[in-house]
Amino acid sequence: MLKKTALHAAHIEAGGKLVDFGGWEMPLHYGSQLEEHHVVRQAAGVFDVSHMTVVDIEGEAGEPRRYLRHLLANDIDKAKTPGQAVYTCMLNEAGGVVDDLIAYWRGGDHYRLVVNAATRDKDLAWMASQAEGFNIALTERPQLAMLAVQGPEARSHAEAILPESLRAPAQALKPFHAAEAGDWFVARTGYTGEDGWEVILPEAEVAAAWAAALGAGIRPCGLGARDTLRLEAGLNLYGSDMDESTPPDTSNLGWTLALGEDRDFVGRAAVEAVRGQGIARKLTGLLLESRGVLRDHQEVVSASGEPLGEITSGGYGPTLERSIALARIASDAGDTVHVKVRNKLLTARVVPPPFVRRGTIKVEI
Amino acid sequence: MNNIPGDLKYTDEHEWLRLEDDGSVVVGITAHAQEALGDLVFVELPEVGQEIDAGDGIAVVESVKAASDVYAPINCTVSAINDALADTPESINEDPYGEGWIARITPGDRGDLNALMSADAYQEFLENLDD
Repeated sequence: MLKKTALHAAHIEAGGKLVDFGGWEMPLHYGSQLEEHHVVRQAAGVFDVSHMTVVDIEGEAGEPRRYLRHLLANDIDKAKTPGQAVYTCMLNEAGGVVDDLIAYWRGGDHYRLVVNAATRDKDLAWMASQAEGFNIALTERPQLAMLAVQGPEARSHAEAILPESLRAPAQALKPFHAAEAGDWFVARTGYTGEDGWEVILPEAEVAAAWAAALGAGIRPCGLGARDTLRLEAGLNLYGSDMDESTPPDTSNLGWTLALGEDRDFVGRAAVEAVRGQGIARKLTGLLLESRGVLRDHQEVVSASGEPLGEITSGGYGPTLERSIALARIASDAGDTVHVKVRNKLLTARVVPPPFVRRGTIKVEI
Repeated sequence: MNNIPGDLKYTDEHEWLRLEDDGSVVVGITAHAQEALGDLVFVELPEVGQEIDAGDGIAVVESVKAASDVYAPINCTVSAINDALADTPESINEDPYGEGWIARITPGDRGDLNALMSADAYQEFLENLDD
């Protein structure tokens, strides 16, 4: 039996094509994935991301902070003001990525983590197992829904869905900051490369918020467009572009490792050892020079046919009108590689992601 | 619900065939197939003159989601291809039985065409898929 979000009926009403998405019955698109992609780049779209897992952390004075500085590879102390967020991985002892997540400091001893839906069970088990010796409480919040409103017009159109008291604070948010009122929580974050908010709100109020968003001219967008948007934005997908066998340095996430001298964290020794040996493989972008579509797991080889690695996320970039991919390949692969597509070798250019950010193409086509 | 023209033949791989007066056969994919695939973004076409055995790939249609093979329904030789699909693969979504045609073929043995489904049979085939 697939799990359903509180918007299940609304998705059917909006013409959503529902599919199994990691155990959740979620909309892939509402007619055209391409149109939904373009609407987010050019105007505003809304995604139901209520399947994502929200975990609140509280505890004795100083304990939640101490716990998160142990659990997370990035440093929660980078959140300097209440509401500020930190993008981070949590690692296993071998330095592999258990999950990537956004951690918010909500002021005082209150923190919130938003982790992936597909990894919920193992994440909760991992967080609990790492909590030994810390006086904290981990509380999952499954009764909270989550909407992502994304696109250049998202914030202006979506203001109307927020409670009155949150509107001005939400509009004043800098990127990667959040504001809250009651059980409503608005963050200027997203997974599309566009401006917008992710709104966490009570499940009982999400149907009205969804209807208000549609009424304000925001278009419903499915998880298909979310994937092409995040791929163009060069944002990793957990389980495809990284997993428990890939340290952040080989996942284009070396920048999230906070290796200051004043703390240890799970996996630190392992990621430092990886870095000390030199990074043999990198996660980078590929832009297909010819027609065709790059796909997950296609093999990447050098001009002379030597194996370099493989594509971790491949697809069509609707904004670029070209196929793009993230690929884990040898660090010294050079600027041009070949990809095995069926019985052919297609030429691709190695380009550092993002491909598109804030509506603008960032790579030379 | 589904758009299934009565004058075409169909396969259980969701291809349609139009038998022309000159003995050639035009091949494409059905409305049901394009809808299941989603927005198409690339079509890999065969070469004109290529001989293809029944069941081997005659084209590859790639949507935003995935690549899918289109199989030759009968032993045949490719006599023409729809080059326009290189620039407008979305024709298959918009007009699967018209502008979205994929290839024109010459059957190796016209008798093979007798095994194909009529529109009614294909309709019934689709209904059984939904069960």
